[in-house]
Amino acid sequence: MKATVLVRPKQGILDPQGEAVASALGHLGFNVATARVGKVIDLDVDAPDAAAARTEVERMCEQLLANQLIESFDVEIHG
Amino acid sequence: MASPQPRIGVITYPGSQDDGDALWALAANDAEAVPVWHEERTLPDLDAVVIPGGFSYGDYLRCGAIARFSPVTAAVVDFAREGGLVLGICNGFQILCEAGLLPGALLRNASLRFVCRDVELRVERNDTPFTSRCSEGQSLVIPVKHGDGRYVPPDGLEPAQIVLRYVDDVNGSVDAIAGVCNWAGNVMGLMPHPEHAVDPLLGSADGALILASLVDSARNRLLTAV
Repeated sequence: MKATVLVRPKQGILDPQGEAVASALGHLGFNVATARVGKVIDLDVDAPDAAAARTEVERMCEQLLANQLIESFDVEIHG
Repeated sequence: MASPQPRIGVITYPGSQDDGDALWALAANDAEAVPVWHEERTLPDLDAVVIPGGFSYGDYLRCGAIARFSPVTAAVVDFAREGGLVLGICNGFQILCEAGLLPGALLRNASLRFVCRDVELRVERNDTPFTSRCSEGQSLVIPVKHGDGRYVPPDGLEPAQIVLRYVDDVNGSVDAIAGVCNWAGNVMGLMPHPEHAVDPLLGSADGALILASLVDSARNRLLTAV
């Protein structure tokens, strides 16, 4: 079962990388108010069905993939 | 009778960098400095533990996130939960936060630049095992060298847990926090490197006040235990 985890800096947490990206896009002439930089983690999970895979990946996020003090996460399961 | 030398362990992870300096600086401050390898599942007989700076496990995922699962880290967590003295320096501070022994997290410097220079710190508390040789409000000059030192506290961090602050902004840390301790006061982390400032020849000997405080505290525990 393929899964994708999106990890984002939480609202209210200063993201200097995102600010630098927004500024660089502005220099290129793009009209960008804000940018936030997170990470993507693609996983291949051994699970019987999508629901079980989601539960498993959410546990991975809570224990390792995201630091919930500063990051939020979203899990996508691709069947 | 000569006072006994407390045994202070220094952990070496893959990617640790300042373990050698930490061992040297502790020995120079009258401790028996004991190297401890990251694969150890139990700690040797120790009176305190130092987790040194560096880039354990290449800073993969988040600084300190992988070191937290190292066998020796579980032993250090047990040691700390039993009241043992633990000091984390730079990457050691990041590891202690990831391991849940200290509150908060350390993120990329607000400037996005690596900072490597002497900084001025203010001692907010001198009633900890790590600052007993300092006076409250004292100014210390100790170098920093980090790219991920911006401290973000959890909501409702107890102000009493703030041990050191930067006098001027260094990395965008909330409330200029440079070092914090746990609620019980037996675990502290700081981004500056006291082990790099233990002799006037190095530009400052102020770091020795932190390490000598730790050595004093470890020795006092040793004497009390006997």
